[in-house]
Amino acid sequence: MSDTLQAGPDRPALDERVGRRSTLARLFARPEMGALTGAIVIYLFFFIIAPPFRNASSFSTVLYVSSTYGLMATPIALLMIGGEFDLSAGVAVTSSALCASLFSYEFTVNVWVGVAVALVLSLTVGFLNGWIVMRTGIPSFLVTLGTFFMLQGLNLALTQTITNAVASPDISNIQGFSAAQKVFASSFTIGGVNIRSTVIYWIVFVALATWILLRTHLGNWIFSVGGSAPSARAVGVPVARVKIGLFMAVGLMAWFTGMHTLFEFNTIQSGQGVGNEFVYIIAAVVGGCLLTGGYGSAVGAAIGALIFGMVNQGIVYAGWDPDWFTFFLGAILLGAILLNTYIRRRAEAAR
Amino acid sequence: MTSPTQQGLTSFSQPLVRLTDAGKSYGSIIALSGISLEVSAGEVTCVLGDNGAGKSTLIKIIAGLHQPSTGSYEVEGKPVNFSSPREALELGIATVYQDLAVVSLMPVWRNFFLGNEVRKGPRMDIPFMKKTCKSELLDMGIDLRDVDQPIGTLSGGERQCVAISRAVYFGAKVLILDEPTAALGVKQSGVVLRYIIQARERGLGVIFITHNPHHAYPVGDRFLLLNRGRSIGYYEKSQLTRDELTGLMAGGSELEQLSHELEGMGGEVAAVGQVLEEDVSELGIAPAEPGGRGRATKGGRGTEGGRATRGGRATSE
Repeated sequence: MSDTLQAGPDRPALDERVGRRSTLARLFARPEMGALTGAIVIYLFFFIIAPPFRNASSFSTVLYVSSTYGLMATPIALLMIGGEFDLSAGVAVTSSALCASLFSYEFTVNVWVGVAVALVLSLTVGFLNGWIVMRTGIPSFLVTLGTFFMLQGLNLALTQTITNAVASPDISNIQGFSAAQKVFASSFTIGGVNIRSTVIYWIVFVALATWILLRTHLGNWIFSVGGSAPSARAVGVPVARVKIGLFMAVGLMAWFTGMHTLFEFNTIQSGQGVGNEFVYIIAAVVGGCLLTGGYGSAVGAAIGALIFGMVNQGIVYAGWDPDWFTFFLGAILLGAILLNTYIRRRAEAAR
Repeated sequence: MTSPTQQGLTSFSQPLVRLTDAGKSYGSIIALSGISLEVSAGEVTCVLGDNGAGKSTLIKIIAGLHQPSTGSYEVEGKPVNFSSPREALELGIATVYQDLAVVSLMPVWRNFFLGNEVRKGPRMDIPFMKKTCKSELLDMGIDLRDVDQPIGTLSGGERQCVAISRAVYFGAKVLILDEPTAALGVKQSGVVLRYIIQARERGLGVIFITHNPHHAYPVGDRFLLLNRGRSIGYYEKSQLTRDELTGLMAGGSELEQLSHELEGMGGEVAAVGQVLEEDVSELGIAPAEPGGRGRATKGGRGTEGGRATRGGRATSE
């Protein structure tokens, strides 16, 4: 075990050196290990107490619910590793969907035009969030709290003004809808189990984010701007560009998630999305992202989203009153964070 | 990289960095005035001064963060006018800031290559970077088993050394070290000082900012002393003993006054004052007006005054 190699008081020569850690200690030093442990525990818990949870089809539903949150949790995790928050992410999804829907409907154009306009809008919102944060130095928590309320107000007010209703009109008859639905909200069957395409997208985006974080120079820059922006700047990392890019990545995924929601349900409630920003942040934090930035993983955030999905559906399968959901969610968040902190301390002490 | 410059060669090669009569003012505040300084390959120039002496302003000018308001700044004989640290870096002038050296949560090798990642297509060439980092650090005498450990787990001295070896690896000709020993213990300071000597032996010019004469004297070739934004002396090592340097730094008469005040307070405080007074007389810095001792000594050696280094050099060439 690594204990034998630890520099003890009787081994002053090794004082400033690091002993070889055991494979287990190395494994547990990974940011996502706490979340993975938690996910396994929660899975086993519902597996035991809720028989319907054991079916492959229910698990497919769990994966679908998880993916709708996980798609957003991925860029949010990157952003948090980069040292910033985005509280507007939840309503930004709705804004994007409303924009695509209302634009296509009101101007009677192909839905793909609306989809493109929504993409521009989402990227612009992300850019503005990042630009204001970098330009003014005001914490992103406050800046995006502002944009959160502004977007929420715009969603409600503009939808009401344009449609005289609280939801966008059904766009399923508009040209291009079925093609867009195939892209954003389709499903397929493997071995009798229905798999939603968002699950595949989710896995692809998590893999992409992980690859960027760990294998490219951009990942190096993301870690550095979150860990210590002045140090990063001192060695020539374009801090502002990296952070604004991260906010725009959140915008991009808000657009993607918004498009899924739109083509899944054909219509969008103008008030939805509020509160989801916390789910994304919770998933990232449960997955090992530090609130202070500079540490975390995309895979961890994915596991965090999976925990959320399992609890969300597990309560239904267990036949409990869904009103208890947020209570359990909070308890699990707290438990996961405690476990995470404990494991990280253990791992760091084992160094 | 140029080989360590011998004394005889200095007349041929330009100093890497030369500031002549440089000054900096922020509005009506004069932060720095009349500073001349040079550093050649294979030399260490120490800049000493108490808090607020203008050391930071001086570094910022050399590092390209600020432009001097007056005077001139030459790199290898060519006048320069930097508008960003990046430009200074491109000419090989690298600054290692005390508190900004590294990102502590990131692995050592990621820190080493941060901002200069070696790419292989869209990816980084990680095996090469890890290997290079390990061997470069080994060259500097840091033997890490695992370059994957967060750099925060290294000691403060080692962290400074990683930052220094990084600057050396990426082609720095001049290293500006901003108080690299300020936050370190005795042993770790020693480690950093050793790397300063190693950098010098590799032929780099080093500008070493410190307020500790005990750290500066053993490694320095020239010493620029600052006080309240002005130079109070620019010496070569041969013109100065360690005690004189300490005396100049401490401001002999100020210490003596302090010791009298303490003695006047009676009790244990008086004992402290007594010790201080003994130190002052031991160092030979008690008499005369501030800085006067230094000049007198130098006068005795046949040079013309406190800022006579360049003149002194000229006669020796």
